[in-house]
Amino acid sequence: MIGGLLQLPNDDARKIVFVALGLCLVCSLLVSASAVLLRPIQQAEAALDQQRNVVVAAGLGSPDMAAADVAASFAQLQVRVVDFETGWFNDSIDPATYDPRAAARDPSVSSALTRAEDTARIGRQARYATVYLQVSDNGLQRIVLPIHGYGLWSTMYAYLALEGDLNTVAAVAFYEQAETPGLGGEVQNPRWQASWEGKLVFGDEGDVRLRVIKGQVDRSSPQAQWQLDALSGSTLTANGVSNMLSFWLGEEGFGPFLNKLRREGV
Amino acid sequence: MASTSSKVVLDPLVDNNPITLQVLGICSALAVTTTLLNAIIMSLALTAVTACSNGAVSLIRHHTPSAIRIIVQMTIIASLVIVVDQILQAYAYETSKKLSVFVGLIITNCIVLGRAEAFASKNPVGLSVLDGLGNGLGYSVILLIVGAVRELFGSGSLLGMPVLPLTTDGGWYQSNGLLLLPPSAFFIIGFIIWGVRTWKRDQVEPAEHQIHAVHRQEVV
Repeated sequence: MIGGLLQLPNDDARKIVFVALGLCLVCSLLVSASAVLLRPIQQAEAALDQQRNVVVAAGLGSPDMAAADVAASFAQLQVRVVDFETGWFNDSIDPATYDPRAAARDPSVSSALTRAEDTARIGRQARYATVYLQVSDNGLQRIVLPIHGYGLWSTMYAYLALEGDLNTVAAVAFYEQAETPGLGGEVQNPRWQASWEGKLVFGDEGDVRLRVIKGQVDRSSPQAQWQLDALSGSTLTANGVSNMLSFWLGEEGFGPFLNKLRREGV
Repeated sequence: MASTSSKVVLDPLVDNNPITLQVLGICSALAVTTTLLNAIIMSLALTAVTACSNGAVSLIRHHTPSAIRIIVQMTIIASLVIVVDQILQAYAYETSKKLSVFVGLIITNCIVLGRAEAFASKNPVGLSVLDGLGNGLGYSVILLIVGAVRELFGSGSLLGMPVLPLTTDGGWYQSNGLLLLPPSAFFIIGFIIWGVRTWKRDQVEPAEHQIHAVHRQEVV
C-alpha cells in the first residue's frame, strides 16, 4: 500500500496527504525521542547550575569549580522554605520539588502585587521562597536569599548571602539577567559583586538602607557602609538593583522573617 | 566527482560565502557574536542543521509534492533545530542559556532554507550534505571572525581568557563598549564584505542605478 502511494504522481492529492502525514510522523518521533531521552541530563544540568549559583553566593566556591565539588559544598547547606504570609519557615513544603518561578505564575500559591507594593516590578510574588542556611554549632553562619527584580530590559535574578547577624552582606551573585552588555550587564562583573561584601543592609531603624548610589562610594563617609558603587552608564539597571533590595528585604519580602530569625534563631 | 564535491564544500567559504556574497543569515551573526564561544557553538549548531536538513530534503526530493515543498522543508528544519536545541541544553547548558532564543531562530535562518530549496531539492544526497556543510562552514568563518574581533576588543579576552588586561581589572586596555552591542557586528561584516570584494573583484555587483549626469559634480 505504501509502495502504491509512493508510485502516485507527486501532484496527486492522496500522495500530498500521505507525504505530509508521513513526514510529520517521522519528525515528531525524532523530536519527542530527543526531548524524552535528554530530559534527565538536562534536569541534572539545570539543578547543578542552580546549586552552583547558591554555593558561589554562600562563598563556598567559585563559578568554575568542578561538578563534584559543587555537590559537596551544597551538601553543607540546609535548604528550607520560607512562607511570606507567616514570616517563618514552612517545613511542610519540600524544597526539592518546590519551584519558585512556577509558583509565581500559579494563582493558588502567589498573589498579584499592586503597583504601590511592586517596587521591584515583578508582577506576582510567590507565597514561598527557598532559602539556604549554613548552620554550625555556634548557630547560623550565613543565609542565602533568592531575590529578583526588573532592571532596564530584563528581570535580574540574584542570590544575596547575609552573615549570621542578618545585616552584613557576605556575598551577592547575579546569575541571570539580560541587561545591556558592558553597561547594566556589569551587574555580573565579579569585581563589582565583590564590592558588596561587608556592606550593611539595614539602617538603625530597621529600614532597608543599602542601595546603589550615583558615582563612586566615598569610603571615608559614614554612609559608605550602606552604599554600592554605580555601574557607569546604567542608571536604570542600578535603580532596579536598589528596588529589588528594598522590596525583598522589606515588609513584603524577607523583612519580617529576618526580624523573627534574629530574635529566635534557627 | 572528487573535484565537484570539493568545489561544493570550498566554494561557499569565500567565493560564494552565504554571508558576504549572498548576504543571508545576518540577524544571528549580529546577535550571538559578543563572545567567541557563543559564535563557535552557534556555528556548530547551524552547520549541523544545514548539513542534515540538506541531506533529508534531498533524500525525499523525488517524492516531495511541489505544492507543499516549502512546508516539508520547514518541518524538517524545525525538527532538526529542536533536536539541536535539546542537545545543547543537555551538554552545553551554560552556552545554551546565553544563546537562548537564537538557536530556535536557526529555523528562520535564510541560509538553511535557501540551501534546501536551491540545492538539496535538485541534487543527490551526498552532494547535498556537502553543500550544507560548505555553507555552514562559510557562515562559521564569518561568525568566528566577528566573534573574535568583538570579544577581543569589546571584553579584552578570547574564549574567556584575558588577552588585553582591562582598566576595570587594573590593566591598561579601555574596552570598546560599542563592540558588545549588535550594531558593531554590522560594521565588522561591512568591512569584511568590502575586503572580500576588493580582493575578488567579480563579486562586485553592477550598479543598479546610473547616477544622472546633472547630479555629478565632476561633469559640471
